[in-house]
Amino acid sequence: MSVARWRVSLRALLACTALLPLQAALPAPTDPAFAQLLQLLAARRAGHVTFTEVQHLAMLERPLESSGELYYTAPDHLEKRTLAPKPATLLLDKGVLTARTGARTHVLSLRDYPQIVPFVESIRATLAGDGPALERYFHVDFSGSLEHWTLALAPADASVARSVQQIRIAGERDVIHSVQIRQTDGDESVLTLGPPLDP
Amino acid sequence: MTAAARAALLWAVLVLAAAAIAAHARYTADMSAFLPRRASATQRLLVQQLREGPAAHLVIAAIEGADAATRAQVSGALAALLRSDAAFVSVNNGDAAQLERDEAFLFEHRYLLSPQVSAERFTASGLHEAIGDSLDALTSAEGVLLKPLFTRDPTGELRAIIDSLDAGRMPHSNGGVWTSADGARALLVAQTRAAGSDTDAQQAALAVLRRSFAAALAPLPPERRARLTLAITGPPVFAVAARATIEQQVLRLSALSALLIALLLLALYRSARALVLTFVPVASAALAGVAAVALGFPVVHGITLGFGVTLIGEAVDYSIYLFIQNAADFSRSVWPTIRLGMLTSVCGFAALLPSAFQGLAQLGLYSIAGLLAAALVTRFVLPQWLPRRLAVRDLSGLGVALAKLLRRLRPLRFALLAVPLLAALVLYLHRDALWSRELTALSPIPAADQALDERLRADAGAPDVRFMVVVPAATPEDALAAAGLVGARLAPLVEAGVIGGFESAARYLPARAVQRTRQASLPPTAALRERLEAALVGLPLSAARLEPFVREVEAARTAALLTPATLAGTSFAHALDTLLVRSGAGWAALVPVAGVGFGELSPAALTAVRAALAAADPTAQLLDLKGEADRLYSGYLLQAVQLSLAGLAAIVVLLLLALRSLRRVAKVVAPLILAVLAVAALLVASGHPLGILHVVGMLLIVAVGSNYALFFDRGSQAPGGPAPLTLASLLVANLATVIAFGVLAFSSVPVLADLGVTVAPGAFLALLFAALLTPAAVPEA
Repeated sequence: MSVARWRVSLRALLACTALLPLQAALPAPTDPAFAQLLQLLAARRAGHVTFTEVQHLAMLERPLESSGELYYTAPDHLEKRTLAPKPATLLLDKGVLTARTGARTHVLSLRDYPQIVPFVESIRATLAGDGPALERYFHVDFSGSLEHWTLALAPADASVARSVQQIRIAGERDVIHSVQIRQTDGDESVLTLGPPLDP
Repeated sequence: MTAAARAALLWAVLVLAAAAIAAHARYTADMSAFLPRRASATQRLLVQQLREGPAAHLVIAAIEGADAATRAQVSGALAALLRSDAAFVSVNNGDAAQLERDEAFLFEHRYLLSPQVSAERFTASGLHEAIGDSLDALTSAEGVLLKPLFTRDPTGELRAIIDSLDAGRMPHSNGGVWTSADGARALLVAQTRAAGSDTDAQQAALAVLRRSFAAALAPLPPERRARLTLAITGPPVFAVAARATIEQQVLRLSALSALLIALLLLALYRSARALVLTFVPVASAALAGVAAVALGFPVVHGITLGFGVTLIGEAVDYSIYLFIQNAADFSRSVWPTIRLGMLTSVCGFAALLPSAFQGLAQLGLYSIAGLLAAALVTRFVLPQWLPRRLAVRDLSGLGVALAKLLRRLRPLRFALLAVPLLAALVLYLHRDALWSRELTALSPIPAADQALDERLRADAGAPDVRFMVVVPAATPEDALAAAGLVGARLAPLVEAGVIGGFESAARYLPARAVQRTRQASLPPTAALRERLEAALVGLPLSAARLEPFVREVEAARTAALLTPATLAGTSFAHALDTLLVRSGAGWAALVPVAGVGFGELSPAALTAVRAALAAADPTAQLLDLKGEADRLYSGYLLQAVQLSLAGLAAIVVLLLLALRSLRRVAKVVAPLILAVLAVAALLVASGHPLGILHVVGMLLIVAVGSNYALFFDRGSQAPGGPAPLTLASLLVANLATVIAFGVLAFSSVPVLADLGVTVAPGAFLALLFAALLTPAAVPEA
């Protein structure tokens, strides 16, 4: 982003709201590899992988493990089907989240629950190579190379930053290997993605 | 003082008195004036709900333009201003403070409110399952929302309550305020304090709303201010808009038809003085009509004033006869015919007086008073003011030409036989679409405003309720208990996707017995600790972590039960007022039921709901508000037809008494009946199903047309038939009537337009048919 545009957006932000922290106006990573990565990711139309997830919650005595499959269709359809230990489905479609466990279905709009946004949008925007969305919700820090990269995402919204500290997404080229979410209270979850399955 | 001077003085006094009464009358355009004075219990509840129920005070405001943050800021400022104003009972814009109060209430009383609380749920196995479910939720995407409360509410009661509250019906929110689903509009829902039928007060409240919006914009820089707009909807908005539309139309249309008639008469009379005098009976009639209605009814309906235009059409005739026929002995030759014509009209309108439909009763009274005033002023006041020789242009030439034309048309009179046959055929072919069935046919609200209303209601999660379960009970407590039972039967239908959802007061305030049962199912501390130990086997959680839960269950066991007072300050207090209402001597719990996706209920869903009701509470009934309203309307329509027929019968009886000849009466009535049949056929054939005002229009055709027919009758009694001047005066009077009603036909207010399209052609046909059917009346040239 050019300096001039940076100034404009800073001024706009200052004029608009005090809610957003000042860092929101910091420039996105200038590494050309980041731009290449986004392009590469954006080129993928669909994906289907296995996952395992480990969650460490301070109030629990042992980590919780689950596994299942992830489906993705560009740009805004993401489905997480947990198969073990208990079947459950989490569906994100155009900003609406539908959670199904057993007979219960819960529908909520991300717009209404900004606290949930980082958990969902980090993966969705990365999969879609959606740079603007990433930068809207996070301060993005790119490190490594196109072959082995890591995105460190810190929530831009102050109220969200109170609960989520950082999200680290690691991958190779257009393949995501892991998503690690660290909360401010020390709780953490690690989502590890397996190799692609048939679509 | 001469008799003439006394008449003029009396007239002046009466005009002043009528003006004073009219000035102090209350006016409304509220649709509830169209609701019945006598009704069944269900209809009473319906009317009460429409007129005074909380829905009647609901205003939805949408703030559009600029950016989300600005809209949120304006919404907050507007809400704060409205909350401090006495015109509003409640204001909700989904701000954080309100949401926090609501959530705090639900959380604090979760063990009394949650439908899942039962003895079974607090056994070791019940706890195991409930806590296991909560753990699953904790690790899902919404976990971050649940984590802070987990150790206090590990069985997930808050989540259960929010689920049962039908969270999908809450508006979306953004930046801490309610928004439309697409986030483009900030929403605010307010309840006005004034009664739904008090249009003046509603108008004042809406003015407060608009002023407050302007004040909320004030701190913004001008360029952003200019981009923000306010859209409002809801019954108060409709009532005020309808009244304004009707007022505006009444003024505009009266002025237009008065102007057109004035031009016509000026062209014919060539006398400004005659023109001014022509309008004396008309204005007197309008004043007398309004004053009579103001005295006879608590509120004058705006529509009734609209009928003032119709009165111009008939009242102007009397002075036209006076001026054009220019008879030296007006009081002996012309007046008896006018008097009989006026009396037949009065008979017709008198039939409307007992109507349960206030609009019709007001129209009847208005017309009777107006016609009496117009005729009496024409007879006793006007002649005194005429100069010895009024310089009105002689229209004998026109009369002679008319006589010739009629003679040429005479052979056509046999074609009139075809009129009833053709009309009957048309009516028979359209027999399925003959009558208008929907109450909304009377609504003066433009389609665009209705569309805005629908959109904002969908945004605000307040869809227009069509189906509502009414659960009658003797006390509020019984009503809540019954509503709880009904809700328990409806919940499975929601889960099965048969219905979209329902609302119930029992969700916010369960019956005391239900609360006590829930309270009693909570185990004492020692037992709970013991069961928790067992319940947590196999779960990654230690009982020590759940000490806050143990403490809060203990507190809930001995907490005071919920009362309406506990709800104060939450948005549920308002929901309770809406859903638990007085009904007759007792109470009723209202349970609005929505279809899937807020659509209507399918026939299968209706059957399922009825079955659920039968099982829950046989006294509960499912009310179809729209169906009920349409039934009401059909009832009025039937009544309007019956009353109009009674009016016709009264006219026939009056004519029999006056003319004392069956043949003459038949000759007077036949053209009127033919005109009515022809107009009915024309309306139906052109795609206008007949509504109440069409039927009233037909009565007007008979009332106005009887004047023409009586003049022809008088003419046929005289040797040589009616004078050419009589013919000319009839044509001019007819033109004036057609102009007045023709103008009305262009109104955007359906009731006025219906009247116009019926009477304008009907009056003309009545004159034509009367002329054709009275061949002897046509004078030799």
